[in-house]
Amino acid sequence: MSAILPPTERLWWKHPLDRVEGTWIAIAFVWCMIMFFMMIYWHIYGKQNLSTETYKTTTELFASKTQAMVDKYTVRTETDLETPVVAPPPGSDVYMIARLWNFWPILELQNGQTYRLHLSSMDYNHGFSLQPANINIQIVPGYEHVVTVTPNQTGTYSVVCNEFCGIGHHTMVGRIYIKGETGNVP
Amino acid sequence: MSHKTTYRTCPRSGLQFESQAEKLVLANAVAGVIFLLIGGILAIGVVLTRWPTIHWLEASTFYQVLTAHGLDMLVFWIIFFEIAILYFCSSTLLRCRIATPKVAWAAFALMVIGSVMNNVAVYQGGSSVMMTSYVPMMAAPSFYLGLILFAVGALIGCFVFFGTLVVAKREKTYQGSVPLVTFGAITAAIIAVFTIASGAIILIPTWMLSMNWIEHVDPLIYRVIWWAFGHSSQQINVAAHISIWYFVAAVVFGAKPMSERVSRGAFLLYIVFLQLASAHHILSDPGMSTEWKVLNTSYFMYFAVLASMIHGLTIPGAMEVAQRAKGYNKGLFEWLRKAPWGNPSFSGVFISIIGFGFLGGISGVMMGTEQLNMIIHNTIYVPGHFHATVVVGTTLSFMALTYFLIPVLFKRDIINPGLAKWQPYLFGLSMYFFCLVMMGAGTLGVSRRHWDMAFSGAALAYEWPGAAYLMMGLVGIAGIAAIAGGAIYIYLTVGSLLWGKRIAQTKISSEPTPIPVGAPSAAVQTYGSLGFAAPGTFVLAMVFLAAFVLYYFINWKYLSTLWGLS
Repeated sequence: MSAILPPTERLWWKHPLDRVEGTWIAIAFVWCMIMFFMMIYWHIYGKQNLSTETYKTTTELFASKTQAMVDKYTVRTETDLETPVVAPPPGSDVYMIARLWNFWPILELQNGQTYRLHLSSMDYNHGFSLQPANINIQIVPGYEHVVTVTPNQTGTYSVVCNEFCGIGHHTMVGRIYIKGETGNVP
Repeated sequence: MSHKTTYRTCPRSGLQFESQAEKLVLANAVAGVIFLLIGGILAIGVVLTRWPTIHWLEASTFYQVLTAHGLDMLVFWIIFFEIAILYFCSSTLLRCRIATPKVAWAAFALMVIGSVMNNVAVYQGGSSVMMTSYVPMMAAPSFYLGLILFAVGALIGCFVFFGTLVVAKREKTYQGSVPLVTFGAITAAIIAVFTIASGAIILIPTWMLSMNWIEHVDPLIYRVIWWAFGHSSQQINVAAHISIWYFVAAVVFGAKPMSERVSRGAFLLYIVFLQLASAHHILSDPGMSTEWKVLNTSYFMYFAVLASMIHGLTIPGAMEVAQRAKGYNKGLFEWLRKAPWGNPSFSGVFISIIGFGFLGGISGVMMGTEQLNMIIHNTIYVPGHFHATVVVGTTLSFMALTYFLIPVLFKRDIINPGLAKWQPYLFGLSMYFFCLVMMGAGTLGVSRRHWDMAFSGAALAYEWPGAAYLMMGLVGIAGIAAIAGGAIYIYLTVGSLLWGKRIAQTKISSEPTPIPVGAPSAAVQTYGSLGFAAPGTFVLAMVFLAAFVLYYFINWKYLSTLWGLS
C-alpha cells in the first residue's frame, strides 16, 4: 500500500524509469508537440483562423455605424419587426448588432466574396452561432470584433445566440443570406 | 504544548483517525453529499426541460434551476468533499492530529453560511445568471457574497491542511517524504489557493458593483479572470481525484506506484502549467492575441495534458503490476479480467479513469485547440465534455472513495452491498452515454444553456436537423438513468450512516502511533529492463492514443469545410 505510505526508498527520485513509462512519456510528449505545431501550421496554411482585430467601442458608436450601413444598403425588410435586409458590396465592412433579443440587421452576402464582419453587443454577452455551418464566436459588450468572413455555400444561414442572455434568450435568432452561384466556391 | 485528543485505529483498514480530524472529515463529506442531493434534484429539472418532447419547466424556472445545479455540483458538492479529502490525506494518512481544529470548524461554518446564502439568492429569483455570472448581467449582492464567504472558508481549510502537514513533520509521525496520495493532495491545495485568489480578484469587485459601490467591471477582463477561477477549480478536482485513483489502487490491490518520480513529477506539471489552461475558455473571444491563445493553450496546456496522460498510464499500470505479482500473468489482460469488478471502490475508479481519459480528456483537447474551439464554443458539446471530466472523473471517484470510507470512517457496514456493487456501473455508464450524445448534439451545433431548441416565439427561428432532436432526447434518457444512479449513491451513503450495522471499535489511544518505517524493497524495478512491466496497460494506452489522433484530425477536416475566416 505504498501510495498511501511514505516511499520506502529515501532516494526515490533516483530510481530509473520503467520502460513502459519512459516509452509512453516519449510518445505522449511527441503527440503534444504535434498538436502544438498543428495550430501554427493552420495559421499559415489553413483557411479558418479567428481574427483578433478588436476595438473598444460604445453602444452609441457601434449603433451609429450599423445604422449608416443599413441606410445605405437596405434592399427590403422582413418579418413583422420590419428587420432590414442589407446587401453591402463585396469587400466592404458589414455590421451586426447583438442585443436583447435579436441580431440586427439581416445580412445578404455574395458567395465566395470576402467581407469584414463587425460584431458587438448593446447589453450583455451574446453568442454568434452560425448554423448549420456551426461557427461560434463570443460577442462581448464594449468590444467591436472584426472577423473577415468568406462564405463558401449559398443558402439561408441562421445566427443563434448561444450565450445565455436572459429570459428571451431562446428567441434571439438572426439571419444571413448567401446569394450567388450555387454550390461550393473553391 | 499538550493536545487533548484521542486516536482511533480502524480495525478494517488499519488507518488511524484523530478524533477532531475524523469529525471534520465527516462533517465536510456529509455537507458535500447534501449538496450533491440538492444538485441531483435540480438535475431532474434540467434534463427533463432539455429533453425536447418533455420540455418540462418554464424558461425562468429552467434558468434558475440550471444556475443552482451548476453551483451546487461544481462548487459546493465538490469543494466540501475536497476539504474532507485534504483533512483525510493529511491527518489520517500522516497519522497526526489536525492543526487548529477550531479554525477548521470556523472554516466549515463559513462554507456552510456562504453556500446556503448563495443558494437562497438563486431560489429567490433575480440571480439566474448561471454559474459564470458574466457581467454586466447582475445577480443579487448575496449571490456574490455567498460565493466569497464560501471561498474564504475553503481557503482557510487549505491552510489548516498545510498546518497539519507541518504538525506531522514536527511531531515526526512519518519519516522521509510524504506518501504519494498526500503529495497529490498538496498539489490540489496549492492550485486551490491560486484558484480562490483569482476568484476573489474578480468576485469582490463584482459584488461591489452589485452594491453600486463601483460603476463598472469590464466584461472581457471579467471573463479572463473569472476563468482563472472557474477552470482552475476544475484542476483542483483533477489533482484530487487522481490522488483518489492512486489511493484506491493502493488499498484494493496493494499497488505500488510504478515510479514515485514519474507520478510526483506529473503532479508538479499540474501546478506549473494547468491553471494557465483557463485561457482556452476565451479562444473564441475578441481582444486576446493569437500568440497569447496559442501559447497558453498549447505550450502550457499540453504539459498538463501530458501529466494526465502519464497518470492515465501509471495508475492502471500499477494495478497491472500488482495483479501480475499475484499470479494473474496470463496474456495481456488476465490481470484486468480477474480484477475485483464487484468491489464498487475499484469499479468506480476504473470506470472513472477510462471515461475521464477517452471522453473528457480527448474532448477537452479539441476544445482547447485554438481554431477547433470555433466549432465547439458554447455548444452543448461543452457540458458534454465537462460532465465527462467532472462527473465521470471527479464525482464518480468520490463515490468510489465513499464506499471505502463507509466502514472505515462512518464505522458502519454498507446497508445494501448488492446495490452498491451495481451503482458505479449504472451511474458511470449512463454518464458515458449522456456525455457522448451531448457531444453529438454539440457537433450539430445545439447551444448549451438554452431553454428551447424549437425557438418558440422567435421571429426568425432556426430548424435543427432531426438528428439533433434525437440526440437531445437521448440526453434526457441517459440523464434520468444517471440521476437514478446518483439517487442510489445518496441512499446507500445516508442510509449506511443512519442505519448501517455498527462496527465495533477497540483500539483507541491518547497518543498517535507513528507510521512504521518500511523496509526498502530493492527489487522494485528489476523487471524494467527485461521488457514492459505492464504490457496490457500499454496496449490500452495505444488504443487511447489511436482514438485521440483519429478524432483530432477528423475535427480539423470538419473545420476545413467551413467558411473562410481570417
